[in-house]
Amino acid sequence: MELSVAHETIARWQFGITTVYHFFFVPLTISLAAIVAGLETAWVRTGKEKYFHATKFWGKLFLINIAMGVVTGIVQEFQFGMNWSDYSRFVGDVFGAPLAMEALIAFFFESTFIGLWIFGWDKLPKKIHCACIWMVALGTMLSAYFILAANSWMQHPTGYKIDPATGKAQLTDIGAVLFQNTTLVVVFHTLTAAFLTGAAFMVGIASFHLWRAKREGEPDRRKVASMRTSLRVGLALGVIAGLGTAVSGDSLAKVMFEQQPMKMAAAEALWDTQAPAPFSIFAVGNVNQGHNSVELEIPGILSFLAKSDFSSPVPGINDTAAAEAAKYGGKPTDYIPNIFVTYWGFRLMIGFGMTSFVACLIGLWTTRRRLFLAPEHRTAEDEVPKLMLTKHRELSPQLTKWSWRIGILTMGFPLIANSFGWVFTEMGRQPWSVFGLMTTANSVSPNVSVTTQVIALTTFTTLYAILAVIEVRLLVKYASAGPNTAEQPPATDPTLRGPSSDEDADKPLAFAY
Amino acid sequence: MQLHDVWFILIAVLWIGYFFLEGFDFGIGVLTKLLARDTAERRVLINTIGPVWDGNEVWLLTAGGATFAAFPDWYATLFSGFYLPLLIILVCLIVRGVAFEYRAKRNEKRWQRNWEHAIFWTSLLPAFLWGVVFANIVHGVAIDKDKNYVGSVWDLFSPYAILGGLVTLTLFTFHGAIFASLKTVGDIRLRARAVAGQLGLVATVLALVFLGWTQAHQGTGWSLAAMTVAVLALAASLAANQLGREGWAFTFSGLTVVAAVAMLFLALFPDVMPSTLGGNWSLTVDNAASSPYTLKLMTIVAAVFTPLVLLYQGWTYWVFRKRIGVQHIPAPVQDH
Repeated sequence: MELSVAHETIARWQFGITTVYHFFFVPLTISLAAIVAGLETAWVRTGKEKYFHATKFWGKLFLINIAMGVVTGIVQEFQFGMNWSDYSRFVGDVFGAPLAMEALIAFFFESTFIGLWIFGWDKLPKKIHCACIWMVALGTMLSAYFILAANSWMQHPTGYKIDPATGKAQLTDIGAVLFQNTTLVVVFHTLTAAFLTGAAFMVGIASFHLWRAKREGEPDRRKVASMRTSLRVGLALGVIAGLGTAVSGDSLAKVMFEQQPMKMAAAEALWDTQAPAPFSIFAVGNVNQGHNSVELEIPGILSFLAKSDFSSPVPGINDTAAAEAAKYGGKPTDYIPNIFVTYWGFRLMIGFGMTSFVACLIGLWTTRRRLFLAPEHRTAEDEVPKLMLTKHRELSPQLTKWSWRIGILTMGFPLIANSFGWVFTEMGRQPWSVFGLMTTANSVSPNVSVTTQVIALTTFTTLYAILAVIEVRLLVKYASAGPNTAEQPPATDPTLRGPSSDEDADKPLAFAY
Repeated sequence: MQLHDVWFILIAVLWIGYFFLEGFDFGIGVLTKLLARDTAERRVLINTIGPVWDGNEVWLLTAGGATFAAFPDWYATLFSGFYLPLLIILVCLIVRGVAFEYRAKRNEKRWQRNWEHAIFWTSLLPAFLWGVVFANIVHGVAIDKDKNYVGSVWDLFSPYAILGGLVTLTLFTFHGAIFASLKTVGDIRLRARAVAGQLGLVATVLALVFLGWTQAHQGTGWSLAAMTVAVLALAASLAANQLGREGWAFTFSGLTVVAAVAMLFLALFPDVMPSTLGGNWSLTVDNAASSPYTLKLMTIVAAVFTPLVLLYQGWTYWVFRKRIGVQHIPAPVQDH
């Protein structure tokens, strides 16, 4: 392999591996923070025990997860400088601003208030304690906003000029960077997808406990009560977030058709401009010949996705590549991303994401409220719900078994969808790192040797693999143990001033590492 | 004063904040082996920083992000040039964060011992390596006309840089021991004072040589003043520690870190990464800075949010102001 190619390839693999890995934890952190905040609020407001147990239980899983999210995020902050120094020099004036804002505004917020929340159960009045987790939730979402604004600038640079003296990008309008339509729809899409991820996580684990309780016959009723509530919350959230993901995905696609036609043509393996353009169900492409050898498609749908009508022309890969080559120089094939990855990435993203949405929708119906059920099928709040098809008809035992199993399986689907979504959108932008301004090949650090890069790639991959095993085993342990229903909230609400007498001087901490 | 000078000061403030806070964090990590005699004492130490270490570490992320925004070339040259030491630091910070969170999550001896080893090494290595990195930044390294570091990784471990690493390691551990005496109760509190006394003497000798060397090499009047403050504060902290005045000892050990880091930045100014290859290849506050628009924008953001951060981080320390001892450590968590 030619040296410069190896340089770029290794740096890209490192970025891909560390970022996809980081993004397993990010959506769970964003959604679980808000979910735990909601559950704790329910507990503070109603005083119901099931909400307390649910808060503690999901809170524990949230903490196991956020620990990994935080530490893998550190790498993200620094690898631009390490592997992509020429990129950093070129974009720092623009791209650095949202990154610095993210650290100063969002990271401080989440990491400070998470400490207060973890250790503050016996130190803070419960309302303030609850406010702390809301702060964490706000911090995670702000963080997502800033980093997505930075990424959107790479997808669609705006609010900048090129300094004639240095040839580097200079920020001219921060409002344009933070509030351009690309940023807004990407934030909407990423946050709804994050909530779908957390919802499915909840549905999966709650299904596991309820299904086990049903099989065992003599369940811990308090555990069932908190898991049943969790299941319903997860299902409802999954439906809302799933709808939001679909709507925002559609808006995002329309923005992309306009701003990055190549990415969307690649998503569809649409080689030639067509009017009306079909939506491809299955295709096997041949890059060298510039057409598909096998394809199965629905007429008109792609035109609808792009322009909201069934007949508009959609530019194909070949025409778009020729146009980019004419504009930026070089051969048309230089501007064609990896079609196999973009085409299948796009499909798997939609497929896995929407499957979990449909699963939540079905689950929401089959576990619906007592009101819609015949009296003999109603179950108490602390019983495992029957899965009901109609008012009088329960699902057959076989179907019930499979429904619970699918509920458990659903847990992983949005995680897979998220990864494919990112792989699609980042690889679909290639050969550009900043669309139209800088290529990925020109972005790498010129002075970092291939040996150094290989050391870093190997180190991160090995470390992340080991940590994945540790993390997943810990999650499985705590998730399968279920809520600790023996645990009770503090008998008296702590005051901020702390205990006045010396009685409590030797009381153990409510939580300790 | 121009905006890029303001930003030089702000970046210095962020690093000072980082070393002041994570300085005692790293120190506590090292002391889990030097000071603690059993698991309960190790847990006491770890829990003195339990609620705050994560927030402390964000000062580093902010320093990094702010450097990226305000001095893109500084960020690019530093992180691509000091690649391998920074890689080790990153790996340490990753493992360290996970170690704190996961150590008590399983009630198995081996699991806990492994994470405790991890906490020690991942605190010790960054405490040393940050000194190496800063010694190199201040002293200057081989930077070519394209602002790229062209030396090898071994060039970063000169005697001067290694001395810098030993200074940060001992100073942070001293700072951590003073923090431990301030935050604990019982036997460990007294032993923390004794350890602080010994570490402080070592740190004083090393710091005198290193800061004196820096002053002789590229000092100014201002850096001499900062160096004097650092040395006097270190002596005052040792004296207060001897007298059992823990609050004062911590104030002065903190001031030592602040003044020592400030001295390095004063010796550095107006360069941000001097080149030892001559030419006009040094990175300066001028040629490495972002445009006035970005600097102005970031100044506003920093002016609004930095005080806010200080306010709520300060509040956290107040909430967790109570000293802890072995009697406060709850029984190991059961499998829930």
